[in-house]
Amino acid sequence: MPSAFTIALIPLLPLLGFVLLGCFGRQVFRKYSGILATTLLFGATIIACFTAYRYFFHEGSGDAGYESLVPLKLTWLQFGEGLSIDMGIMLDPVAVMMLVVVTFVSLMVHIYSLSYMKGEERFPTYFAFLSLFTFSMLGLVISSNIFQLYIFWELVGLSSFLLIGYHYDRPSAVAASKKAFIVTRFADLGFLVGILVLSYFSNSLDFPTLIQRLTDPGSDELKAAVSSSFLGVSALTWGMLLVFMGGAGKSAMFPLHIWLPDAMEGPTPVSALIHAATMVVAGVFLVARLFPVYALSAGLALDVVAVVGAVSALLAAVIACAQTDIKRVLAYSTMSQIGFMMFALGVSGYGESGYTASQFHLFTHALFKALLFLGAGVVIHYVHSNEMRDMGGLRRQLPLTHVAFLIGCLAIAGIPPFAGFFSKEQILEAAHQNNRAIYWTALVTSGLTAFYMFRLYFSVFWNRPTHPGKTHGREGSVAMLLPLVILATAAATAGFIPFGEFVSSDGKPVDLHLQLSSAILPVMAALGGISLAAWFFLRENDRAARAAFAVKGLYRLARNKFYIDEIWLFLTRKIVFGLIGRPAAWFDKYVVDGLVNLTGNSTALLSEKIKTLQSGRLQQYALWFLAGAIGLVVLFIYVWK
Amino acid sequence: MMTPGLYHLLFLSTALFFIGVYGFFNRRNLISLLMSVELILNSVNLNFVAFNKYVWPGRLDGLFFTIFIIAIAAAEAAVAIAIIINLYHTHRSIDVEAAEELKH
Repeated sequence: MPSAFTIALIPLLPLLGFVLLGCFGRQVFRKYSGILATTLLFGATIIACFTAYRYFFHEGSGDAGYESLVPLKLTWLQFGEGLSIDMGIMLDPVAVMMLVVVTFVSLMVHIYSLSYMKGEERFPTYFAFLSLFTFSMLGLVISSNIFQLYIFWELVGLSSFLLIGYHYDRPSAVAASKKAFIVTRFADLGFLVGILVLSYFSNSLDFPTLIQRLTDPGSDELKAAVSSSFLGVSALTWGMLLVFMGGAGKSAMFPLHIWLPDAMEGPTPVSALIHAATMVVAGVFLVARLFPVYALSAGLALDVVAVVGAVSALLAAVIACAQTDIKRVLAYSTMSQIGFMMFALGVSGYGESGYTASQFHLFTHALFKALLFLGAGVVIHYVHSNEMRDMGGLRRQLPLTHVAFLIGCLAIAGIPPFAGFFSKEQILEAAHQNNRAIYWTALVTSGLTAFYMFRLYFSVFWNRPTHPGKTHGREGSVAMLLPLVILATAAATAGFIPFGEFVSSDGKPVDLHLQLSSAILPVMAALGGISLAAWFFLRENDRAARAAFAVKGLYRLARNKFYIDEIWLFLTRKIVFGLIGRPAAWFDKYVVDGLVNLTGNSTALLSEKIKTLQSGRLQQYALWFLAGAIGLVVLFIYVWK
Repeated sequence: MMTPGLYHLLFLSTALFFIGVYGFFNRRNLISLLMSVELILNSVNLNFVAFNKYVWPGRLDGLFFTIFIIAIAAAEAAVAIAIIINLYHTHRSIDVEAAEELKH
């Protein structure tokens, strides 16, 4: 095993980049800031790959599958017997897999940004924030303590806020960054309460201890957590549900997904980073981290995870079909795919294939979603617009991007032999075995996924040609195209990795066999979606408009994202602000402030009255002093004896 | 010849004390005020010595206190005279009524 220090370098190198660029970026490294951040991250990527190699092939595999190792644990705050906040490193298959994914995708985004963000005024600041984002996510995945995870969790939220609001001179970007921060922060409130509930019952914040105590049927902690109930649901289930609320906020699950499409205001490489590797998968990672507790002790909470995941997947897919902004379509596709990961966890049992399928999908999704976003970045860079109607026929001008984007679309649609096919197939297989309703939902969603992704693909690269006056220059520099090539290769081949050998909830290898009979239906659905999209969008015609008119009620609903933003606005403005906020403000202004002002005013009045005692005449003071002394003497002699 | 008892001494010290108080309130000259304060301090010293001699004859606490008070009174006189000299520099007077700027 590489030493704890070496592993700690993986998050610390990006942190070093952040500190260097944050403090001296503008003065010292102005020109080389991007190169510096990329080099540091490259080092971290090498160490992460090395760590993964050592873990999976040497130190990690014990007799009973992969074990979780804790090479570093430093107590930071001790609260009492056993309850402490530690800073540590915990390696298990998921964490190691995430280390590789996060560093790799982040490295691709860094390289891409070198060219994409060139000439920006705040170039060094951008790379400083990018490094901070990477550091936070890397710290999150290796946390050995649930509170340590929470600290990095908030850092992820903060750095996403900084990056989404990178163009701070644009009001829409400012609003989007605030929205992302507030929505996820609201969800994190649930997470914090969940942490407190879990730590209260398990008397530990340490992941291995916490999981062990809350899954062992004989332990006192589990009995206490299950027997005390609130509103008919056990405290443990409440705790796990609240933790999931935090995860749902970060992972943009219905109904807390509203920040995700607006987060597209950030620069496109940032969207790639948020969507592929860092922020939105944090929620999936959290559920996976606590998966033994969900699966063994809180089945109800796990069912909620499954239902929320399935609903989000379907809802996002429907909305994506009616969006016209290229990045928003991709944003909703992310939400839909994260929904897949969530319900795959939700339908899985401990040690079953659903968990592995979910993590596999996380892995492949990171690759092809980064590819799609970076490809979209090239298109946007070339056309100078996010709107699909400004694009079309770009396959001639952008041949390399075209092929890369096609590979990404085929991967997300689940066409063999691309990566998405394998992972999605496993998810559907797991759903098929455990929950038929979710299976059919997922099947419909896969068809929709293929439809809207190819709607995007055909509208951008086929259809009518783009107006030549709107485009400019070449396809892009090497720094922009190299990550596309690497990611396209990865997205095309990653499905052949025997993922079940490495990652599972209990450490034992899972047999991810692929049955051709069960693969037929999803592939047919995907092909159907693609054909439909081709029929509508391959050439310029009015079929799509007529079809939209035929289902105009549904179309308008999807176009307006099912009015969920408006529902939230109604809830917050009318109910929370009107019924709670305003009365509270009135109480604060007139009662609380009134009491304070009363104290101040009466003191001022009294001192105005008695200030003439301060005459400046020494003998008068002495007289008062003498009178006081005599008064005390009288008091002591005659009254108190 | 009559030896003085505790009561004589207490009478003397009370008389000294009130003479001092009277002087402190009625004089305007700061030097006189300082002298009045010395009188008050010495009346206290006399009390200490008298009680020490007649109530706890075998002990020395009262005497020590007296010595401390004399030492501190000397320091106090030095400080007070320094103040008075400075006051004279600024006000051309050592009348206590002349220095009354420090007020509301």
